[in-house]
Amino acid sequence: MNNKKTFSIGGIHPDKHKISSHIAISDAGLPAEVFIPVKQHIGSPAKILVQKGDKVKVGTLIADADGIISADVHSSVSGEVTKIEDIQSETGYLEQVITIRVEGDEFEPGIDRSPDIVSEISQNAEEIIEIIRGAGIVGMGGAGFPTPVKTTVPEDKKAEILIINGIECEPYLTADDRLMVEKAEQIVIGAKIINKALGIQNAVIAIDENKPQAVEIIRQITKRYVGVNVQVCKTKYPQGGERQLIQALTGKEVPAGKHPIDIGCIVQNVGTVFAVYEAVMKHKPLFERIVTVSGDDILNPSNFRVRIGTPASFLINKAGLKENSVGKVIFGGPMMGRAIVNMDAPVTKTTSGILVLPESEAYKPDETSCIRCGKCVAACPVGLQPYAIARSIRENDLNEAKRLSARECIECGSCAYTCPARIPLLDFCKLAKYEFKKRK
Amino acid sequence: MLKISTAPHINSPVTTQSIMRDVIIALCPAILVALLFFGVGALKVIVTSVAACVLFEYLICRYLLKTNNTTTDYSAIITGILLAFNLPSNMPVWMILIGAFVAIGITKMAFGGLGKNIFNPALAGRVFLFISFPVQMTSWPKPQFLNFFNGDVETAATTLGILKHLGKGETPQLPDYWQMFVGNIGGCLGEVSAVALLLGLFYMLYRRIITWHIPFYYISTVFIITGIFWLITNDIRIEPVTQLLSGGLLLGAFFMATDYTTSPMTKKGQIIFAVGCGILTVIIRKYSAYPEGVSFAILIMNAFVPLIDRYTSQKIYGKGDK
Amino acid sequence: MSHLIFSNILVLSSIALAAAVILYLVSKKFAVEENPLIDEIEGILPNANCGACGKAGCRDFAKSCANADEATFSGLFCPVGGNKVMKKIAELKGVSAAQKEDTVAVLRCNGTCKNAPDKVEYSGMKSCRLAAGVSVGRSGCPDGCLRFGDCVNVCRFGALHIDKNTGIPVVDETKCTSCGACVNICPRKLFEIRPKGKDNKRVYVACRNTQKGAMARKNCSAACIACMKCTKVCEQVSVENNLSYIPTSVSAEQYGQQLAEACPTGAIIYTGNKGIKENEQ
Repeated sequence: MNNKKTFSIGGIHPDKHKISSHIAISDAGLPAEVFIPVKQHIGSPAKILVQKGDKVKVGTLIADADGIISADVHSSVSGEVTKIEDIQSETGYLEQVITIRVEGDEFEPGIDRSPDIVSEISQNAEEIIEIIRGAGIVGMGGAGFPTPVKTTVPEDKKAEILIINGIECEPYLTADDRLMVEKAEQIVIGAKIINKALGIQNAVIAIDENKPQAVEIIRQITKRYVGVNVQVCKTKYPQGGERQLIQALTGKEVPAGKHPIDIGCIVQNVGTVFAVYEAVMKHKPLFERIVTVSGDDILNPSNFRVRIGTPASFLINKAGLKENSVGKVIFGGPMMGRAIVNMDAPVTKTTSGILVLPESEAYKPDETSCIRCGKCVAACPVGLQPYAIARSIRENDLNEAKRLSARECIECGSCAYTCPARIPLLDFCKLAKYEFKKRK
Repeated sequence: MLKISTAPHINSPVTTQSIMRDVIIALCPAILVALLFFGVGALKVIVTSVAACVLFEYLICRYLLKTNNTTTDYSAIITGILLAFNLPSNMPVWMILIGAFVAIGITKMAFGGLGKNIFNPALAGRVFLFISFPVQMTSWPKPQFLNFFNGDVETAATTLGILKHLGKGETPQLPDYWQMFVGNIGGCLGEVSAVALLLGLFYMLYRRIITWHIPFYYISTVFIITGIFWLITNDIRIEPVTQLLSGGLLLGAFFMATDYTTSPMTKKGQIIFAVGCGILTVIIRKYSAYPEGVSFAILIMNAFVPLIDRYTSQKIYGKGDK
Repeated sequence: MSHLIFSNILVLSSIALAAAVILYLVSKKFAVEENPLIDEIEGILPNANCGACGKAGCRDFAKSCANADEATFSGLFCPVGGNKVMKKIAELKGVSAAQKEDTVAVLRCNGTCKNAPDKVEYSGMKSCRLAAGVSVGRSGCPDGCLRFGDCVNVCRFGALHIDKNTGIPVVDETKCTSCGACVNICPRKLFEIRPKGKDNKRVYVACRNTQKGAMARKNCSAACIACMKCTKVCEQVSVENNLSYIPTSVSAEQYGQQLAEACPTGAIIYTGNKGIKENEQ
């Protein structure tokens, strides 16, 4: 199990810029107001349970999951609900948020705030899944898929292995890395909890070799917990992609159009696993997460423990912004994250990082003509031919794009990153997928 | 004002320009050797060829296509150097100009410029000159080490030329392997010195400009086929090491067959392409009227690249074997 | 020498003859019986192959026309060729053609550079569809024109161009065939095919923003704020979701001028008034 593994097709090695990997997690503090969106997950928005003027505490349920594919939302601060309105999200589109004015920091009774580590799992599988649902936990790696749905194995399928994703292959981001270093035992116990919910005995924590500290600590701890192992992976982007990670670890590929569970795999992000531990063992709903605030225009790159709903500008000011910075602010990593248009947009359950890139890196370079170097073909982790997809979209030939399997693109951006002619290859793939969707 | 754009927000430091710069650096050892052995003649040919290629591209961009000036990507410089490398050092200037025009004007820009040409421009230019002016193209001055201003020197046949016109059973006057390795033999400017070309190859591999596939498969195909022939017939004319070190094989395999634009994209395609080049090279060298076949072989395989590309797509994740 | 030439001619001619015979026999044997009407109809069609009729190209449309009976034929219409072409086809078939009103594409947004100034700087591929996926767009309006001109690129008839001063596309009504390509490609669904109107007089709401008045105005001075003033001019005008809509049944001649004057933001555009040019304020 000690051979370093990696996925077999494509991949790139971008500069890591993990400038905050040695900075311990610190509390971001409380802003004056938080804006908690009712939809921070894939699926239908949660139904609001509170009204203007209601007093809430940290951990109070303020919106209820609407259907199976949805998630509960809890208050992340104590105070008064001042508004329920539509505000601009990070993309500028409107989203419904519950605005809470912060007053003190009073927690719901029952939340265990002691630092003690609890390792005895007394609940059974159904109870665990119910607790996870009640805590509003969603996939914290970025997709935001409700975790209770993912931990419930459909009747006709069988789970074989739980993969804990501690790869964090995006440059700059160090939130998962720090979490693994500082909360190693909790993550391992969290893995045991999810294993129990799935009814299996086999969990692997996959960590990139560029996080030696996390590897060492987790490896020490897994010695005491049967059924949880560590797998070190070679550093390569996009190793943290669900399908790529499964292929690296098990050698099996998830068939096109199917889900990991179809080949017996379940992948959970370390942040999610930690949240599961806290929910089950400490009775704590998901109201805070670790966010990396980094980038070349940030004075003190940090890993913050952030209450959900904190405005991005609050965190950026906390970490210190260089004077006259008018660059690009990104939610997520530089490869797949999105540039935001509203600095006051709130941090959600899926925000893993906030980056501020300087103006010099903010513009997309001009594209020149394709020299057919084949670097995009070599980089694509799916085995596509991005240059040919780009050509077919330029010629408006959707059938050709379909023949080239543009639909399988995972939008990791490796092709566009590596292109020496700076052709926005990913954009063409996205356009192809957009048109496919419209056609359907 | 905030800046926004689509992901990814970072780019690899490698650009078209930096790639071309690295190729030029990789060509430098061979330029040096050419200057050392062929003196001022080599300098004249290289300078004329590079200047003509850049000028033609500039003029075509400016006045015919009315597009941005593309000479800043340095690719015309590489075409110029490679064309010069395929010429003897006593080539008249006006002929070089014709070659440069065919290379840049017809083979490259007429197809739409960098990345859109089907054939390797430098090779097309060379073949055009080779067919039009066979006499000038096949009279190679004898290399004279460090004798820069050699006025009119005697000409020497190339190793392959000697072998071609060798009767059966005769013993030829061949340079030894060391001379061929260093480059103290007759031939075109860039093809004589194996050691300089190898240095360039290693630099390109180190900088990850190219992968080892095309050079390796091309050269080993030639080596294996000639080796089998040689073992069966024991014919000195097809002795594999001589075949390897003489003529333009190394230059072609390292710098021309690996040209991005005119070679396949996938590894599988590159292997098919390289093996095809190897087979054609041996066939032309052995059975045709020409002693050398590298340029024809690569040009013929260039024509197959779109076809190879279409049928050598990679296996797609999650889609089973294709 | 002459013998050589003679034999050459003989050999080549006989090969040509043999090939001709084979070709003739094969074409006879594999000939496909097709309705000759299809070719005739195809000859009349504009052959733009735009797909606006809902068929896969003009040939397919011609086939449908040729095979249609009187009832189904009335459901077929080539928007590019218009009434003229349909009448000709109908004559060929000996049936009566459905006549449709002349239509044109109109842009239901007046978010010009001035009305809805840029709030962020976008760099990268100039495509509305992509930009809409990245963010709300440069102006901040979630329903407004993104001003990158995907519609201009998709138009086969050169009927669209981006106005340099306003930044938004302009429809050339003499070239527009109302094929609907722009309607389909616009990620914000800003184009609407509307009747050309008598003397090219049309009146419509050039806004699709459904936000509340104040919020809509924050991003664009020409946004519809659902003030209801237009509904007082003509009761057919309806306001839903904070957005006014003027149905095509509203007579532009009768109400156009009044409606445009009643609108406080300039979201209602009346093309009949020579004083106010389209897409300008």
